[in-house]
Amino acid sequence: MTARAPVLQVRDLAVHFRVDTGSLFRRDYHIVRAVDNVTFDVHSAETLGVVGESGCGKSTLARAILGLVRPQGGSILWQGEDLVGISEEALRLKRREIQLIFQDPSGSLDPRMTVGEIVAEPLKVFYPSMSRLQIRERVAGMMQMVGLSPDQINRYPHEFSGGQCQRIGIARALVVNPRLVVCDEPVSALDVSIQAQIVNLLKDLQKKLRLSLIFIAHDLSVVRHVSDRVLVMYLGRIMEVADRDSVYYQARHPYTRALIESVPIPDPVKERQRARRSLEGDIPSPLNPPSGCVFRTRCPYAIDACADRVPPLETLDDGSQVACIRHEELAEKWTREAESDPTNNQVSS
Amino acid sequence: MNEVTRDAFSQALDRRTVRGRSLYVDAWHRLLKNKAAVAALIVLVVMIVLVAVGPMLSDWDHEIPDWDNYSTPPSLETGHLFGTDALGRDLFVRTMIGGRISLLVGLVATLVSLLIGVSYGAVAGFFGGRVDNIMMRFVDGIYAMPFMFFVIVLMVVFGRNIFLIFVAIGAVNWLDMARIVRGQTLSLKNKDFVEAARACGGTELQIIRRHIIPNLLGVVIVYVTLTIPQVILVESFLSFLGLGVQEPLTSWGALVNEGAQELETAPWSLLFPAGFLAATLFAFNFLGDGLRDALDPKDRL
Repeated sequence: MTARAPVLQVRDLAVHFRVDTGSLFRRDYHIVRAVDNVTFDVHSAETLGVVGESGCGKSTLARAILGLVRPQGGSILWQGEDLVGISEEALRLKRREIQLIFQDPSGSLDPRMTVGEIVAEPLKVFYPSMSRLQIRERVAGMMQMVGLSPDQINRYPHEFSGGQCQRIGIARALVVNPRLVVCDEPVSALDVSIQAQIVNLLKDLQKKLRLSLIFIAHDLSVVRHVSDRVLVMYLGRIMEVADRDSVYYQARHPYTRALIESVPIPDPVKERQRARRSLEGDIPSPLNPPSGCVFRTRCPYAIDACADRVPPLETLDDGSQVACIRHEELAEKWTREAESDPTNNQVSS
Repeated sequence: MNEVTRDAFSQALDRRTVRGRSLYVDAWHRLLKNKAAVAALIVLVVMIVLVAVGPMLSDWDHEIPDWDNYSTPPSLETGHLFGTDALGRDLFVRTMIGGRISLLVGLVATLVSLLIGVSYGAVAGFFGGRVDNIMMRFVDGIYAMPFMFFVIVLMVVFGRNIFLIFVAIGAVNWLDMARIVRGQTLSLKNKDFVEAARACGGTELQIIRRHIIPNLLGVVIVYVTLTIPQVILVESFLSFLGLGVQEPLTSWGALVNEGAQELETAPWSLLFPAGFLAATLFAFNFLGDGLRDALDPKDRL
């Protein structure tokens, strides 16, 4: 990792939701800690992948960065300025620099608007003085950049395929020249062949425009393809943050390892041969998370001490961070195993 | 903007840009395939033209009696196409004039309820929470007030006036509209594209204007076509009770009332206004049904 300045610094971020559970006569509620104690940096022109199972708080994290949900604690420093606690209006203006790409390509486009109107919307909001011709020119240029033909400018979203709709969404996000784009599972709803196109488009655009990306996904192979660093979340907390290669070749957290082992290998022979240790059970209810380490109920290496306190996010020598009290002894154990078992897919590079 | 995109843009303009088919254009094509709705549309256009120019084509006036013909049946000889009433006034002209009032009441009262109802319902649904609660309880409160009582109070305070009928009916009808619009808004505001608009930096009012209201229009158009006949009926009902328009002005409801009293001696004085009223109501209802089918997004290709 070069010494690039972080554009976004998230510190101890906490987003809690109140869930009312009371009956007609009794008021009662639970607190869901959708995102808890999350700390990370995003550097200029880098891609941070965020992975985790459904319901682990990835989308809430995305919405908190955009200011679409207000966090209960912590800070989000955008180029040194804290976005938590600033006024709604100031936050609105910050969205020129931070944009969002959605999961559902067609659901995020207003069915009553033409593509041209959709892509022009952020321009109209942030640059009210732009002339119609300027807007049209910029929109047409943007459409070309994301691989749509500018003569489709007057068409409606329902006339496009899912992949094309996602391109429209990308054009809308990039039209105001943002510095950071948060992609909330941008390819999960698409066909595999289309996924590759969209992911490569995002990578190209990132290089061309020097964007920072936060790329949220539950598909590890996609994240691996795009990310410089990967952040692993579980039940609203960070389990591990590391460079892409160290996550995939020497995962330090038992949860990361389990995730990587569950990725299917596109080779039936190898797939059948490998020893598979899949995770047992479901994610615990976020209404009532386990004490101590939230992963301990499903962790094959859990010991009694795991229940006592929340493991801190430790920074290691190579810059990666891991939240597990046993990470050192587990690393040794896994290295030994890898040496004695050549079929293990955890290749040490 | 660099040279490459500028070039691409002018190229794009040279090739003729493809005009997309909006959902409304699609819906319009579907509506044209529905025979009942097209027939209803034709009936309505004919009705409006007839009502607008009909009285000018006739030699007679809706107020001045023909002293030679009291209660005469329809005939070409006398020039009274629909006959005359007990006072010798030409029924054709009176039916047309009555149609003007009935249709006008229907349109204006619906427009009033449309404006108030859509903005009220959209705001309540969009902001939700306490705002929604207070606004909708207010609607419930007005809803609980008996309509006839409301009309009678207005009559007593302001006197009999055609304008009051618009106000009274509009003021009661927007409640339904507000409820429908609120429900629709509640489901719309959780859609991804509203969140997207917020992420694009849109303000709340911009979002309501640009995204919520255009997406409500489908439902609202259908409801409007079903409200107009309802309002016409309410006006007829008020006129029937003698609370509506006053002589010598008339409406379809008032004409039906007069005609009903002379049913045995002069059936034509009931038949013509009632026929026009029924045809209009049918047409609006068929058009509303057709629009509902045409705008149903599940049908979308």
